[in-house]
Amino acid sequence: MLRLPKFEVKNPATVEEAVAMMMEIHGEARFLAGGTDLNPNMKHGLFTPERIVALGGIEEMFGVGFDESGNARIGAMVTLAQVEQHPDLRRAFPALCQAAKLVSSPQLRNMGTLGGNVMLDTRCQWYNQTYFWRNALGYCLKKDGSKCHVIEGGSKCVAAASNDTAPALMTLNAELEFATTSGRVRMPLADLWQADGIWNKKIPHTDLLVALHVPKPAAGSRGAYGKLRDRGSIDFPLFGIAVRLDFAADGSISDAALCAVALQARPWPLKKAAELLIGTHPGQASFNDAVEKVAMLAAKQCRPMPNIPGDHEYRHLMVPVYTRRTLHAAAAGEGPVHHI
Amino acid sequence: MRVLRLHVNGDCAEVAAPEHWTLLEVLRYKLGLTGSKQGCDKGDCGACTVLIDGVPTLACLSLAATVEGKQITTIEGLVPAHRAAGGEGVDPVQNAFDKTGALQCGFCQPGMILSAKALLAKNPNPSLKEIQESLAGNLCRCTGYTQIYEAVVLAAKGDLA
Repeated sequence: MLRLPKFEVKNPATVEEAVAMMMEIHGEARFLAGGTDLNPNMKHGLFTPERIVALGGIEEMFGVGFDESGNARIGAMVTLAQVEQHPDLRRAFPALCQAAKLVSSPQLRNMGTLGGNVMLDTRCQWYNQTYFWRNALGYCLKKDGSKCHVIEGGSKCVAAASNDTAPALMTLNAELEFATTSGRVRMPLADLWQADGIWNKKIPHTDLLVALHVPKPAAGSRGAYGKLRDRGSIDFPLFGIAVRLDFAADGSISDAALCAVALQARPWPLKKAAELLIGTHPGQASFNDAVEKVAMLAAKQCRPMPNIPGDHEYRHLMVPVYTRRTLHAAAAGEGPVHHI
Repeated sequence: MRVLRLHVNGDCAEVAAPEHWTLLEVLRYKLGLTGSKQGCDKGDCGACTVLIDGVPTLACLSLAATVEGKQITTIEGLVPAHRAAGGEGVDPVQNAFDKTGALQCGFCQPGMILSAKALLAKNPNPSLKEIQESLAGNLCRCTGYTQIYEAVVLAAKGDLA
């Protein structure tokens, strides 16, 4: 039996109320969206807030809408199941919906939210354990201790960003709308991250992610998400890669974006690799050759660490395999890519 | 402590519980509804699955203080609902699990049955793949799943005589 720490629960009706409730106590408070990450983490003693600000009653944070130009606004409390099943989102942003479909299990996708997946805590096999387990080990750099068990002598936490939807949203140039004590702030998702596994975001946890804004895709844009995992359900990614391919009128690739996850503290864009695809034609040798080069470059740039479950050398061998398969799936308008 | 008004299996239950208690703890230790199982208690196994407004949800990761006003269905609610709708015996999905021998220890069964109920409510004639995907959040350590899938197929066919 795992018990939650003692806390009080607040149920605000507006974003402004929620931010105020977060700031008005001296002790730690935490926002609660779907609870699929925070609750297990609290049960493991990783967070012991005095107050939980539950977001389920804030209408503004729900719903999916498109403006006249075709840009999407997705409320941060929209569940991963709703993202996965939304017909307009599936048409516009296939990689995002595929990534949402591969998160965990049906129940957790019914509960977990898109905002929560973006704001997911980083993960490490030395960190996501019970208090008893961590105590027996002498704790770790990320929580309660001073020693990194992944990198001997390491002074910087390398717990891995493990959010499936973040790389997909990165390839789509999504922006985030936060509510802060000094008003609303909008920032590109690409600017959110910092390479620190203890807290891999540049904003404090007291800022509230209200909505995600995803710009209209280019005409004929395609995308896919590939996820390496041990089981066909429940598991966090052992490696994940999102792809977006835009096409010119002649069928050649006019723009491309790749972003990997489950490697280090932040999602990892592969900009140089993506540039190799521009100007190539799917279905022709130029594209196949470029895919091979991209797969090899991805293997050079992506170095999985022994920070999450799964043999890291096997995960490294799978980097070119999943990069190649996901690129071909995106070009064919297919996906998601997973072996089970 | 907070006084919670929970709608469980068609009844309104008023219960005082600590604010940090999960729905699972309130169901089991305040309302005596021990059909929802406490397995891993951290979202991995699906044994605590209940339906919240008809949607399969893990009670071990839901705070009781966030589900007021929602319709909660636990395994204990299936037979009364079935009989209230004019049925006899047990719920057809429970019956199908019985007929196919879809359990050994039975620990995962309440969660499995509720996931299956939600699937059949949305999709009365699911394919095997759809059944497998819908039950992918419920772990069973005994059966190997085959007879569980057969039970859902049988329940969908309705051929339970």
